[in-house]
Formats: sequence, C-alpha cells, structure tokens
Amino acid sequence: MSAGNANSLTSSGQQSIEEVSHPLSAEESVLSSPDTANAAISLAEKDLSLLNGTPVDTSSPASSSSLVNRLQLDDDLNGETHDLFVSVDDPKKHVSTMETYITYRVTTKTTRTEFDLPEYSLRRRYQDFDWLRNKLEESQPTHLVPPLPEKFVMKGVVDRFSEEFVETRRKALDKFLKRVADHPVLSFNENFNVFLTAKDLNSYKKQGLALLTKMSESVKNVTGGYKLRSRPLEFAAMLDYLDVFTQKLGTIDRIAQRIIKEQSEYLMELRDYGPLYSSWAAFEGELQKPLKSVSECVTSCATALEELTDDMSEDFLPVLREYVLYIESMKNVLKKRDQVQAEYEAKLEAIVVRKEEKIGAAWQV
Amino acid sequence: MQSWCSGSSLAEFLQFQPNPQSLLYDYLQIKGAALHVQPIPANAAYSASTDVQCMAEGSCLLRKMEISVAEAEKRTGKNAVNMQETYTVYLIETSVTEGHNPVPDSLWRRYSEFELLRNYLLVTYPFIVIPPLPEKRAEFVWHKLSADNMDPDFVERRRIGLENFLLRVASHPVLSSDKIFFLFLTENGWKEAVFETGFLAKSDSRLKALNATFRVKNPDKRFSELKHYSDELQSVTSQLLRVRARVADRLYGVYKVHGNYGRVFSEWSAIEKEMGDGLQSAGHHMDAYAASVDDILEEEEHYADQLKEYLFYAEAVKAVCRKHELLQYELETASQDLASKKQQQEELAAGTVRTFSFKGMTSKLFGQETPEQREAKLKVLEEQIKEGEVTVTEKTLECEEFVKNAWKDIERFKEQKDHDLREALMSYAVMQISMCKKGIQVWTNAKECFSKM
Repeated sequence: MSAGNANSLTSSGQQSIEEVSHPLSAEESVLSSPDTANAAISLAEKDLSLLNGTPVDTSSPASSSSLVNRLQLDDDLNGETHDLFVSVDDPKKHVSTMETYITYRVTTKTTRTEFDLPEYSLRRRYQDFDWLRNKLEESQPTHLVPPLPEKFVMKGVVDRFSEEFVETRRKALDKFLKRVADHPVLSFNENFNVFLTAKDLNSYKKQGLALLTKMSESVKNVTGGYKLRSRPLEFAAMLDYLDVFTQKLGTIDRIAQRIIKEQSEYLMELRDYGPLYSSWAAFEGELQKPLKSVSECVTSCATALEELTDDMSEDFLPVLREYVLYIESMKNVLKKRDQVQAEYEAKLEAIVVRKEEKIGAAWQV
Repeated sequence: MQSWCSGSSLAEFLQFQPNPQSLLYDYLQIKGAALHVQPIPANAAYSASTDVQCMAEGSCLLRKMEISVAEAEKRTGKNAVNMQETYTVYLIETSVTEGHNPVPDSLWRRYSEFELLRNYLLVTYPFIVIPPLPEKRAEFVWHKLSADNMDPDFVERRRIGLENFLLRVASHPVLSSDKIFFLFLTENGWKEAVFETGFLAKSDSRLKALNATFRVKNPDKRFSELKHYSDELQSVTSQLLRVRARVADRLYGVYKVHGNYGRVFSEWSAIEKEMGDGLQSAGHHMDAYAASVDDILEEEEHYADQLKEYLFYAEAVKAVCRKHELLQYELETASQDLASKKQQQEELAAGTVRTFSFKGMTSKLFGQETPEQREAKLKVLEEQIKEGEVTVTEKTLECEEFVKNAWKDIERFKEQKDHDLREALMSYAVMQISMCKKGIQVWTNAKECFSKM
C-alpha cells in the first residue's frame, strides 16, 4: 500500500519476489537418497518402487538404461536368479458375431527346461487369466494366489473399452502374472505352463471344468456346516487383523476418491479464474504484463493439478484395490482352513461315537 | 483542543471557525496568495498559483501526525427509533510527531461516521477521486467465512480498511488539509461542524446527474474513455472476487478431506506392528496439512481486500466523470439558452418571426404588439443576455478548472493504482509460493514416514 503507515494490508511475505527461491530447488537435497549421485534419477527410482510394489535397490548407482530394466528385472528377495520373465501388453479389441472383447499379448522368456521353447508370445483374454487363477487356487489351496482385477464391471457405469479402463486392467494383469512367475511354488504349476505356452487354451480348459464346480460347492459349504469348537489363537488374530485392515483400506479408498472429486471441482474453478486475469490485462497499460503472467501461472497450476489427479486415479487407487482383493483371497484361505478344521473335528467326533457304539455292541453280545 | 503548532499559520487555519469559506479566504491571505477578494467556491480551493504550496502543505498532515485505527469494540445503545442495537466502534489514535512532546489523542467512531465524512468529501471535492471505505456488508464470501458483521475476522479486516482509508486521505495532496477531516480525527463534536458546512444542500441529486449523463453532447473525450475504463475495471474485479471466493471454497475442501487420512492412519497404525510408527507420524502430517489451510485462506483475504478497494475506487472515479458530465451539461444548457435568447433578440429587433412560436401565433391572431411593448421586451432580453453571458463565462471557467484539477488527480490516481495493484499481485504470488512450499514440506515429511515403514 502506498499510504504511509498502512503496512497491514500487505501479506506476511515481506521478501521481494526475486529473493523467493523456487519451491522445488531447495527440496531436491531432501529427496535424494544418501547413496545415489543423481537426484533426479533417484527420485524416479523411488517412484518406481512405490508403483511396482517391488523393492528397488538404491545402493547401486543407477544408469538411465537400468531404469527400464528394473521394470522387468525384479530384485529377488531370496537371492535366486530369475529364469522366467513374463509380460502383458498390447491390448486389442476383437469383434466377433457373438461378442466383443479385448485380448492382451502375453510374452514369455525363459531358460527353464519345463518349457519347450525359450520364447513364447500369444494372446489371452481376461477369461483365460481368470481360469488360470482358479486352477492355481484349486491345485494349491494353501498358497496365497495373487488377486486379479475386478471381474465384473457394471456396463452402464464403466466403459469396458475405454483406454483408461483397458490400461488399468492391463497393468493389473501384468502384475498378476509377474507375481505368479516370481512365486517359488506357483510358477512351476502345470496350468501356468499351459497358460503361457498353449496355442489353443480353450480345449485344455474343458478338461478341468468339472473339478472347478465341485470346488466352488465345497467352499460354499463352509458357512453352512459344522461349527468350530475354537479357532487357534493365531488364526483368530489373523482374521481380526484382516477385518480391520480391509476396513481401513476401504476407508482410505473412499477418502482418496473424495480427494479426487474435490480436486476436480477445484480444477474447474481454476479454469474460470485464470482467463479473468487475461481479460483484465486486455484493457490495462502498465499492469498488462503482470496480469498476463498471473493468468499463465494459474493455467499451469491447473494443468499440473490435472496431472496429479489423473496419477492418483491411475496409480494409487488400483494398488489399494489390489490389496483389498488380496485380503479377500487370504480370508478365503482362512475359511478353507476353518473348514478343514471343522471336518477334522467332525471326524474325531464320529470316531468317538463309533467307539462307543462298538463298546456298547460288545456289551450286548 | 491542543495547539501543537503554536504560532504557525497552520494552527490558525485549523482552529475552529464557524465559516469555512472565510476561513479559506483567510488562509490564502496568510499565504500571500495572489488571487482573493471573491469568496472562493469550495472546488476551486486547489487553484493554480497555490498549487505547489498546497501540495507541500497538504501532505504535511501525515508528516506531522501519526494516525491509526487501533482497536474495535462492541457497544450497545439506543438508536434513533429508541431500540436497542449492537454496533462496533473503532478507536482512532492520533499522535503529533512534530515538536518535543508527542501528544497522543484518541476517540471512538462508528462506521456511519466514516460514511458521513466520506460523503462530505465527495460533495466538497467532486474533482478528486475520493478513497473508498471498506465494504459495509461482507460480500464475495466463501462459505466458511461468516457474512456476519459482528464476526471478529470481519471486524478486524474492517478496522484495517478504515485505517487505510484515513491514511489515504491524510496523504492526499488536497484532502489532507481539509479542516473537517482534521476535526473528525481529533474532535468529538465534529458532527456540528460538518453539518454547518451545508454540504448536504450542495450535493447533486441523482436524477440531475443521470439526466446530464444522457443529454450531454460534448463531454471531454478523456473522461468518456475513463468512464469506460472504470466500468470495465468494476466488472472484471467483481468477477475476479467472485471466482476467487469459489476457488478458496474448493481449496478448503481439498485440504480438509486430507485430514481424514490422519484419522484413518492413526486407527490403522493401532493394528500394525512394524508399520505402526510410520503410519502414526504420517497421519500427524496429514492433520497438519489439513489445518494449514485456515491460515492460508486468511492471508488470501488481504489480497481480496486489496482488489475490493480498487473495485470501490472505480466507483469513485465514475463519480468524478459524472460530475464532469454534469458541469459540461450545465455549460451546454447555459450556452444554448444564451444562443436562443440572442436569436429572440434578433428577431424582435428585425420585427420578423422566423421561428414558430406562441408569440408569433398570438401576434397574428391578436395583432402586433405596440412599439412600447417591443422596447420593453428588448430591454428585458438585453438584461437576460448580459446575465447569460456572465453565466456562460462562469460555467466555462468552472468546467475548465474542473477538468484541469480533476485530470491532475486522475493522473495521480492512475500511478497509485498501478503501483498498488502491482504490489498486491506480487504479494499474492509470494503467498502462493509459500503455500506450495508448505505443501511440499508436508508431503516430503509424509513420504519419509512412509519410506521408513
């Protein structure tokens, strides 16, 4: 303010604008890890590690080419060398008379002897992944099978063929397959091999169909059957934990969605706000330049915010949902365990009854 | 009433006098000004030969005196219709800085008194862009801000706005030497003085002004352009203020939702072992983030207030333009009257009636007038024409003086506006940067907590 003593209307920022440093310049030193030399790359690395869910070894100096390799070369926790690499990409739409669906290219590179060829590349659709997962659960019920992305989508609400949706799904399928490939037991599963190699999966599928229906029936029996006497403490604790965990994840998902919504509305207002400064600049003289720059700044902020919101939808939310699915499968495993315990206890009961009958019969004789 | 500049002509000038006009006369006499004798109409107080001196003298009020609106208090009392009402009063503190002993003084004033002062200034100095008061009622509020006049934040911002108003008047080359202004700052009984100036009678009616705006033929082009500019400025600033309020609203929403993260992380950390600490601290950062928006938006209100000031300033500029149109219109009317009277004179002298008139009709019907009648009429017309010429000369002078003085103040205003708005934009930018920095800090901290989990 030009008026003498009135300094109260200016903001608390008393520095001149030249003195104010760019927000990101000071922060880089905080963000870089202690070991790597290049701050920018270490930043990207950390981002990658969060997205993939795989740990990134930051102690080794990163070269730019290795960034790409890291996506495929997962560092192994057990120190084994990896001899099986898989990837899912290249979604394509298929239109037939009966239906329209998307297929994905599944590429395999391996040195394992179980595989006839070192390389495979074929197309699979979601159904095929679903089949694979069910097979894995069946054949290895005590192992935790990684989750698949949601099977059913409400046709009215989500566009199954939109780029966004297809890409999200592809990423999830890719993650699923990689997790199976890395699993020390599951990766050697016969069905997995078939999935990766068979030209005609459908004929193979038909063989295993009967078993699948039987399995799903028995799972349904869990709730209706024999009541457990008591659950061993560790499993009880696990179940409690899973319940709370699932709940919290759900809450976080809802909060994140709400933030996305609020940010989009904020974005809309910003898009109205920026242009007003340009229209003001149009009829000013001295003030034209500063007003125009404010307008440009607001516009860039709006663009950056849009990117941020998109990233949140694409990268953050799917991970949360994945874990919710993971928890679902864990709960299923626990249910199966409960069921096995129930059957076991039922059998014990039956033995006691038979023994008593036998003794009773012996007495009668 | 203290006499702090004892012996100086300024003290004499500022001592309470019943007749403001003779006061000005005295003042100019004391200063040895060349022009005097006739009572000077108020708007020509700022005359050519005393230009420089007025400037220097005028701004000396602020040099000699510190002014501030220090506090605000709630009062209850009976109003004009004998009903209880609650209102706020503001403490005006003044302190004379000249001399060895700074003499502080203070008194309490209501918003309505400030309004009265401003109306007085508007009428008395129509060629000056009078600084605006802070808004009467809270407008352009985003939802969290209360629109209640009793709300402490609103009262605080108004206090600052009132102080700003006083300082602007006190630093104005012309306005600062106004006696009523001085009384407003220092004398409890100022109201009698201001009503005695008779300013209410001098104010132009709205209708008159509107009439002039429509019917004026040759307004000064600069004023037409200025009026157009003011309209645009008003329009864009009010739009800006409205949208900014919406933006603030949304920003508030975004920040506050993040606070929910804090709660859920804290609940989640209760069931985790290794991740517990990390989650808990990250949650605290989220809470801090959500809480930080209140301060951020409070600061932004200052920026909004600065824009509002210029929104209202635009109206003050338009008032000056309207006055010009009025004066110009009066001049045009007077000139027209004179011209038609002269024509009548011609016609009467020549004996012909060229224009269709009632007189012509009646003379045809009832016979021509006698030479004596004609002589009488001509005499009357001559008188009227003489008066008319004087009027036109006066009006022309008035108009020219007004245009000159007004344009001077407008140039001053333009510079002030450019300077102030540039500063406002810069501080707004600094605010935004600080907000972003705080955000980055919070997220960096949260990220660290997450990476340690």
